[in-house]
Amino acid sequence: MPPIRKKQPPIKLLPKTLTGITGLDEITSGGLPAGRPTLICGAAGSGKTLFSLEFIVRGATEFGEPGVFMAFEEKADELTMNVASLGFDLNKLQKDKLVKIDHVHIDRSEIEETGEYDLDGLFIRLGYAIDSIGAKRVVLDTIENLFSGFDNQAILRAELRRLFGFLKEKGVTAIITGEKGDGSLTRQGLEEYVSDCVILLDHRVTNQISTRLLRIVKYRGSVHGTNEYPFLIDEEGISVLPVTSLLLESEISQDRLSSGIVSLDNMLGGKGFYRGSSILVSGTAGTGKTSLAASFANECCKKNERCIYFAFEESPKQIIRNMQSIGIDLKSHVDKGLLEMHASRPTLHGLEMHLVAIHKKIKKFKPRAVILDPITNLVTVGSVSEVKSMLIRLIDYLQAEQITVMFTALTLNTIINEQTDEGVSSLVDAWLLVRDIESNGERNRGMYIMKSRGMKHSNQVREFVITDEGLDLVDVYLGDSGVLIGSAREAQQLIEATGQVLRTHALTRKDIEIKRKRSVLESKIASLQEEFESVQDQLNKSYIEEDLKKEIMEKNRTEMIDKRHTKNSGNGKGK
Amino acid sequence: MAKKEEHSSHQKSEKKTVEYVLRLFITGATPNSIRAITNIKQICEQHLKDRYSLEIIDVYQQRAIAEKEQLVALPLLIKKAPLPERRIIGDLSNTEKVLKGLGLVS
Repeated sequence: MPPIRKKQPPIKLLPKTLTGITGLDEITSGGLPAGRPTLICGAAGSGKTLFSLEFIVRGATEFGEPGVFMAFEEKADELTMNVASLGFDLNKLQKDKLVKIDHVHIDRSEIEETGEYDLDGLFIRLGYAIDSIGAKRVVLDTIENLFSGFDNQAILRAELRRLFGFLKEKGVTAIITGEKGDGSLTRQGLEEYVSDCVILLDHRVTNQISTRLLRIVKYRGSVHGTNEYPFLIDEEGISVLPVTSLLLESEISQDRLSSGIVSLDNMLGGKGFYRGSSILVSGTAGTGKTSLAASFANECCKKNERCIYFAFEESPKQIIRNMQSIGIDLKSHVDKGLLEMHASRPTLHGLEMHLVAIHKKIKKFKPRAVILDPITNLVTVGSVSEVKSMLIRLIDYLQAEQITVMFTALTLNTIINEQTDEGVSSLVDAWLLVRDIESNGERNRGMYIMKSRGMKHSNQVREFVITDEGLDLVDVYLGDSGVLIGSAREAQQLIEATGQVLRTHALTRKDIEIKRKRSVLESKIASLQEEFESVQDQLNKSYIEEDLKKEIMEKNRTEMIDKRHTKNSGNGKGK
Repeated sequence: MAKKEEHSSHQKSEKKTVEYVLRLFITGATPNSIRAITNIKQICEQHLKDRYSLEIIDVYQQRAIAEKEQLVALPLLIKKAPLPERRIIGDLSNTEKVLKGLGLVS
């Protein structure tokens, strides 16, 4: 069951004390039981002392709760030196009366047991130490040593019980550390029963890879995560990784993020990836996965967004140099603090530790984009299912934080399989596949989008070219003989260009002919026009003549009439 | 209480040649403490008459001494001299072991 944080009901719950240890307070939903003893057990080197010491130091520095550290194994100055590398200054804390370290020295050879005794000396000592600085936290590391120092087991067991009671009475939140015993959590098999909370630390080595794990075995009166949680010890102390929520209810964004390649964005509905989505770039060796990733990182940084690059194969300097050759300047982004690059061999530590480390770095740097290059190598430190579960958790976490993540993965065979070797293809939101296309005695890169959730995307195979100026996608040539790429495409393009010239040439010749035809026709039209005009002229002429004739005849008639009139005036009677 | 008288009586013996310097740490008037005082007194009188000094310290009264003297189990008898220093814990009821611890029998 995942640790589900519940709202505090009104009834009084067990009060808790924050440990200040990253991640632990989340698993225990609020820390260790306040005013009660907690047992931390584990084998040698599992981190018990550091765990308890960090509890004391964080209490003193972050929560203003002074603490007593009673060491049965190491001397005060040894402890101080051991944790100085974590940035804890125990000397100063002791001087400020925030921490008190009391080294209990038990040397069996100096001790002779002569009858009944009790551990009042220890009680008085502890009580005095608590009272002298007003301690709220106490660590006993490790009471096992009492058992090696004294013979009378019956007394010791009784006294141990009394000790737990004493600590409760004092109202201090206590950590008691214990060595892991055979078949039981502790050697004496007693402490785990009298403690209110038991945390088991484990250091497991599988396939020569070590993983530190933490498990809460019991916690009286509280809900708690029961899984084994990986934890990491580094220069900042302990960080525990809680398994992130397994519920799918993270916020989503409509924001789009360019991939850094315009033509790729065009394939992805013209805008690129969704913010907060997960992108997988898979392909065979040498297909330019890293270049794609670098280009994406470059684009993010150009927009003044932070990006973090986890490399598992190449060193940061190597990547920067290599990307320089294709015109991607990552160095300037690193200098500006926008890009952080972390390189580690996958075999450095176990898978879970990688996850913890990645978590931590992301939490610290707060990037908007994360790149893992490549995830394939992680399989060397864990099984496929382990890698998958790790990546699920990582994706979950990043999604919740609205961080875009790009994985690159190496596919081992050239046959496109529906799955990557890590089986993450179903988890990711977008999957770009880069592959080698071999034809005509050369190798070219082809790229296509296997899937891209929630957006229209191109179904085309594009040729993926890497030039001095960067990356680009070129339309492949689809001809009669199929898909042409590389030099075949270029040759085809040349042929096309020649054809174009020829066609243009032919075109101009046709133009001239047309012109000529036109002039011939035009001249023909002109002569016809002339002809028509002459005919018209003739027709006009006869028409005018006719008119003239008519006019003249009219005139003559009038004249004739006139003449007759004049005659009549002379000899009209004669009629 | 009784131990105070004892304390002063042994102060007197300190004036003589002292070979054995003993310190007994007890916790108030618990049965173990009382038994330890009786036992050590008896042993000293029997085996170390006039050769010892015994200081009895109630740790409840001087709590800071617990850390300084590395006290864990009580009652505790420390033989400061002669060297080597020895620590004898318990109510000192096992006389043989006490004598062995004090180096009086081998």
